[in-house]
Amino acid sequence: MASAELEALFKKHAHDGTRLVQALHDLQQMRGWLPPEDLASLAQGLGLTLAQVQSTASFYSFFYTRPVGEYRILFSDNITDRMLGSEALMQRLCEALWVEPGHVSEDGLVSVDRTSCTGLCEQGPALLVNGWPMGRVDAARIDAIAQAVRTRQPLDQWPRAWFEIESPIHRRDWLLSTTPPAGAAVEAALARSSEAQLQAVIDSGLRGRGGAGFATGQKWQACRAAESTTRYVVCNADEGEPGTFKDRVLLSTHFDDVIDGMCVAAWVLGARQGFLYLRAEYRHLLAPLQDRLAERRAQGLLGAGAFGGRLDFDVDIHLGAGAYICGEESALIESLEGKPGKPRIRPPFPVTHGYRGQPTVVNNVETFAWVARIALDGAEACRARGTPQSAGTKVLSISGDVARPGVYEIPFGMTVREVLALCGGEGAAAVTTAGAAGPCLAAHEFDRQIAFEDVPTGGSIMVFGPERDLFDLARNVAHFFAHESCGFCTPCRVGTAVNARLLDKLDRHHGSPYDLQEMGRMHRLMQGASHCGLGNTASLLLHDLQVKFPEAFTRRLHSTDYEPAFDLDAALSQARWMTGRDDPGAHLGDNLSAHLGQPWPTGAAPSAPESEPT
Amino acid sequence: MSDAFTLDGQPVPFTPGQTLMQAAREAGHYIPHLCWHPDFTAHGSCKLCTVKVNGRFSTACTTAASAGQVVENRSPELDEKRRTLLQLLFVEGNHFCPSCEKSGDCVLQATAYEMGMLSPHFDHFFPDRPVDASHPDVLLDFNRCILCELCVRASKEVDGKSVFALAGRGTQSHLIVNSPSGQLADTDFALTDRAAQVCPVGVILKKRVGFAVPIGERTYDRAPIRVVQVPARAKPEESA
Repeated sequence: MASAELEALFKKHAHDGTRLVQALHDLQQMRGWLPPEDLASLAQGLGLTLAQVQSTASFYSFFYTRPVGEYRILFSDNITDRMLGSEALMQRLCEALWVEPGHVSEDGLVSVDRTSCTGLCEQGPALLVNGWPMGRVDAARIDAIAQAVRTRQPLDQWPRAWFEIESPIHRRDWLLSTTPPAGAAVEAALARSSEAQLQAVIDSGLRGRGGAGFATGQKWQACRAAESTTRYVVCNADEGEPGTFKDRVLLSTHFDDVIDGMCVAAWVLGARQGFLYLRAEYRHLLAPLQDRLAERRAQGLLGAGAFGGRLDFDVDIHLGAGAYICGEESALIESLEGKPGKPRIRPPFPVTHGYRGQPTVVNNVETFAWVARIALDGAEACRARGTPQSAGTKVLSISGDVARPGVYEIPFGMTVREVLALCGGEGAAAVTTAGAAGPCLAAHEFDRQIAFEDVPTGGSIMVFGPERDLFDLARNVAHFFAHESCGFCTPCRVGTAVNARLLDKLDRHHGSPYDLQEMGRMHRLMQGASHCGLGNTASLLLHDLQVKFPEAFTRRLHSTDYEPAFDLDAALSQARWMTGRDDPGAHLGDNLSAHLGQPWPTGAAPSAPESEPT
Repeated sequence: MSDAFTLDGQPVPFTPGQTLMQAAREAGHYIPHLCWHPDFTAHGSCKLCTVKVNGRFSTACTTAASAGQVVENRSPELDEKRRTLLQLLFVEGNHFCPSCEKSGDCVLQATAYEMGMLSPHFDHFFPDRPVDASHPDVLLDFNRCILCELCVRASKEVDGKSVFALAGRGTQSHLIVNSPSGQLADTDFALTDRAAQVCPVGVILKKRVGFAVPIGERTYDRAPIRVVQVPARAKPEESA
């Protein structure tokens, strides 16, 4: 028999197994982690098998199936955080707290670890304390955190200012320059027929702002045509691409536009229920956004009988739990249904078989904001900006080696060089335009245009100055994908792990051209053979860096011939340590990595044992 | 002439609703695969059945057949990819064929032979995967699991027991057993379950019958997998 508090939890989630991810969040809030006996109760209470609950609980990074520290400090591990010194800061905190990264301190007080990009790249280095984000961390802050942890200061008594998140918008174009009254766009749509509103979205040329650029009107049309009486509208706010944070800023500053856009979609599609899938890293936005939804309901701008009874549509915010893959729309839907976020076999596509098997439209935050503006200003207003194939503007998240990191709204067609001039990144040597999942442009490509037909982008623009070692970017990205691969298909699951291992080998100065070829082989395999977009794009940046910046790799090579991963000389290090020897006779060859694995560097060897070993 | 597509230049008839894999198999053609099984819903995860349909990569087990498709199957390019996929599977788990009871009956091993895989090529991951010997009749040796989920599907779809599931993410993905202890002995799993028969590799093994059939006389010792895995009326492949 489950305890009263668990019974209340089951009731809150209507004993509905598709609410599992949300129920796990609640359980973890209650217990601090997810104890096995509670998972068993949860399975019973939600009508699932224990294995189903375990599958989901073990899939997401922010669910803990083992006890964690009272304070859980996660350093954002995007390359931009690293460029701002996150690794040294993490080391400093670990030393201050006597804890190793990835482990809970022996007294159970604190754990320190890395996490995938938290979407605070313009105010990095960033970290999360028990899920609460903190930007612009420096050494003094680290020392203060260590003090607060050591003295067990409750988190709600930590200075509020530490957790203040800025929303810097440095360039506004059509979308961000005005804030129309909440609901105005929906009123405009309701004044038209749903067919006319659909036609306006089609005519506007609006394409998905998540990065793939699929025509929004076409998506809606397919969903509308699918036979069903129940349709769903889903807003993808699982902004997981490293280096992007514009959806965080949009949700913080233009949330009503986004909800209005969802309402317009609901009007066109006849949907009654919508979901906003919010990535767990943006948990700090959950309460304010929920409050705003409640206000809208009170104002008659959402929910049953909204807009004078003309639109019956409500939005529920669903919190993710730390999985990049859930940005893929079918994985997102799986997660909405309480399952591990593994992309479905497609076709059928979500527009015909989505949430609970019903026709579902999934669009990006920025896309919905655009929908609202199209409803208000008409299709032509969108067409008036951008290029013929890429209508309108794009909201960019710019971080890295620039003077003014932040959000920039630009018309499609602007060149990379012009974008760099805007943000003070003129000296750049390289720019990534699709986070971890796209190319890296070299300086000679800066005259290319930000547009779906030239340089498509979901909005992540990371800038690298000439002093940066792009190998660090490659290795960071390889580990990111190895960590974020859902594990469903062989090429992505194992291929991303092989790539991460190859880059570690190169990092140890232990690689050879053979290893570079192996990365090429993984690239050819993963492209095409992978199940979804994650696998198909996971090797793109590595490949592009190798082609355009080969010296970042070649200067790390140990030899120009084959080099095994196993290092004979390093393997002897323990024997050397035990015998106290470090003379040339105790070494094999001139292996550059010979010092690796030794407990101390050469020169600091222990004093020789009293009796010489024979 | 009924509907047909071409597979490596040969016409393959199909009935509407069939996948490329189903139609090809029925016509006696072998498309390499690990996670697909004629009796269960397609999974599409192993990617061994990746073919080129009108020039685009696609998994044969999940792609609907349609008239006029030009499908490339056993090309050097595709077999090279399959060889790499097999090598990745071999290094991801702990596969020691010479000491494995499933040797000669193993789909992974037989497919590797068929694809001409000569070595694992990549560095081994050597994962730590303890066995589950709790059940009186069945041993679970997770070392060999390739995450095909055939046992998951069989236990759910046929046996109605849902004994198995996958947990974890990425290379941490692993097979779990649905019981509070996590052990097979604490489930209603039985040797007569379909799930007990379906493992393509050596994870689900019947106890006390090890090596009853000598190596050399087992399924894929007698005939290559491209012959074994298509129905008896298979003809085109015999000469291959």
